[in-house]
Amino acid sequence: MFRFIIRRLLQLIPTLFGLSVLLFIWLHRLPGGPETAILGERGTPETRAAIRRNLGLDEPILVQYARFLRRMIRLDLGTSTGTKRAVTTEFVERFPGTVELTVMAMILAVGIGIPLGYLAARRRGRFLDHASVGGSLIGICIPVFFLAYVLKAIFAENLGWFPSSGRQDPTIGATRVTNFFVLDGLMTREWDAAADALWHLVLPGVALASIPLAIIVRITRASVLEVLNEDFVRTAEAKGLTERTVRRRHVLRNAMLPVATSIGLQTGLLLSGAVLTETVFAFSGIGAFVAESISQRDYPVLMGFIMIIAVVYVLVNLLVDLSYSVIDPRVRVR
Amino acid sequence: MALLEVDDLSVTFARRGQRTVHAVDGVSFSVDAGEVVGLVGESGCGKSVTSLAIMGLLPKQPGLRVGGKAVFDGTDLLQLDDRSRRDIRGRDVAMIFQDPLSSLNPVIPIGLQVTEVLARHRGMRGEAATREAADLLDRVGIPDPRRRLKEYPHQLSGGMRQRALIAMAVACQPRLLIADEPTTALDVTIQAQILELLKDLVRDSGTALVMITHDLGVVAGMCETINVLYAGRVVETATRRPLFRQPRHPYTEGLLGSVPRLDAGRGERLNPIPGSVRDVLPWPDGCAFAPRCTRRVDACVGEPPELVLTHDARSYRCVNPVPVPGLTPEADTRATAPTTAEPGAVPAQAEPADPPAVPGFGPAPREEETP
Repeated sequence: MFRFIIRRLLQLIPTLFGLSVLLFIWLHRLPGGPETAILGERGTPETRAAIRRNLGLDEPILVQYARFLRRMIRLDLGTSTGTKRAVTTEFVERFPGTVELTVMAMILAVGIGIPLGYLAARRRGRFLDHASVGGSLIGICIPVFFLAYVLKAIFAENLGWFPSSGRQDPTIGATRVTNFFVLDGLMTREWDAAADALWHLVLPGVALASIPLAIIVRITRASVLEVLNEDFVRTAEAKGLTERTVRRRHVLRNAMLPVATSIGLQTGLLLSGAVLTETVFAFSGIGAFVAESISQRDYPVLMGFIMIIAVVYVLVNLLVDLSYSVIDPRVRVR
Repeated sequence: MALLEVDDLSVTFARRGQRTVHAVDGVSFSVDAGEVVGLVGESGCGKSVTSLAIMGLLPKQPGLRVGGKAVFDGTDLLQLDDRSRRDIRGRDVAMIFQDPLSSLNPVIPIGLQVTEVLARHRGMRGEAATREAADLLDRVGIPDPRRRLKEYPHQLSGGMRQRALIAMAVACQPRLLIADEPTTALDVTIQAQILELLKDLVRDSGTALVMITHDLGVVAGMCETINVLYAGRVVETATRRPLFRQPRHPYTEGLLGSVPRLDAGRGERLNPIPGSVRDVLPWPDGCAFAPRCTRRVDACVGEPPELVLTHDARSYRCVNPVPVPGLTPEADTRATAPTTAEPGAVPAQAEPADPPAVPGFGPAPREEETP
């Protein structure tokens, strides 16, 4: 088990290396550079060249890449050309917001999706089944930013049940420890700060959960239907076990394998794809920042972000594989 | 009264826009404590559906209808609600299935799959349950049971898996055991071991055993009374020796004739039954076997054949049965019953003092079999 984890983590090295080469070439082939973003149309060729020299962009690409690698090894992602701050500092401040949002969305998606998918399978062909299958189709089809706007208009602006923007009410004056606001509140026992941060997560969390929820409902339903027809479920029934035991021990556990895979993939997608939701709710996560960086040609931020997402993806999928070996002894790793 | 009396059991699957399928069409048979009864027939004759219907294990689906009675020790299993049925299943009536690998949960250790029955019906927990489970595995011939309890189904061989399934089935000393093709998925040598094990269990505990199989070899080695099924009905009921020595229904004769024999001549061909189970006539239109039957006469078609009870307490459902040498049909037939009566409704070994099992029938004489 331990060796398996180490091996998987070592696989990260070639992955990141290949990715960085690809990104470096690709980013530097883009027309227009940070100097265009900074100076706009006003710049003269001289000022542009000065800025490029300043940022080290006038050097040969190999030299630039070597410098990038040297910094990477020290976990230094360079300085943002947009904000003039260290990229790592920016990420430490902003990434926790997106992680909180993703965790919130996945808790909603898994917590509602698995029971709903299970019930739909058990009541196959009846109202609940049709409703959840149809509903999940709608969930997949509605663009997330549109849903985010609708939720914000109804529940924040009209009804006033939830805050309409931000991660926390600044007037609370919460103490910052990890930049995970909910976690900070719990750690410093500032319960009202934690509750307020949680409250801010609800609407963007619901909006972001819509697609993973729909996918999880469908996968769970299909998987449960398949397992219900398995011979071992009939054996469990033949033993006279209670419905509860049959359901939990024999049906659900076997039906969870494809769902676990999907949860892993969805989590990765949300971490990198929360941009629109964050924008709608003025939620200071990483998504909105990175979107801004693209138009700014802020290479260090983009490189750093994509590298971090790659690491997160590998870690999440490692977790999925480990959960597999907990669920299914046949794929147990040694 | 026998331990299990199945009376006029029928199972139909109705689908919108499709013809209703009569998977089981009025099956009756009975099983006594300590008795081994066989249900024999080709795939699709309704033998598995019969057993699943008795257990209440047919997959719930719209259009499924189960009729008739399956009285176990005075209780009609078909009338029970879900809860009482779960109480009986695994405790009084247990079942062994065909494919041991797919019948075991792949992600749960064997031990839990045994102890969960003990916990459910005998209230055993913890170390007591584990000890009992190890005992059970030992009893069904699994070596090193303590270690096996911690293993998963994929780590066991096919024979071991079937033994483990049998251990789960007999965990609560059920009074009735239904074995649905328990050896079909196994190697021949393992088959013999499993059959031996089942025989021992029946002999030691007095459990009644319903053996469902298409394999006449299994029947010959295990069963005292045999019901031959065709297209959802029992077409012949007899005890072992008479059935093998002198089959009366042409289908039974066909089944026996299609078994390869060592004493046959070298050039002799096998005699398969022509056609397939799909070539059936619906029972109301005549004998379902008529399209494949070599003894077909005009009377076979038109109305379903009556049930014939013979002088030696066998019964068959045929208008032109295989004749017995030296016996006229009149001397042979004791009684006939309309199609509503079923072969098994007349117990093959009824006591002379028994009241008539079917109105209009006298009690059947004792079976004169010298084992």
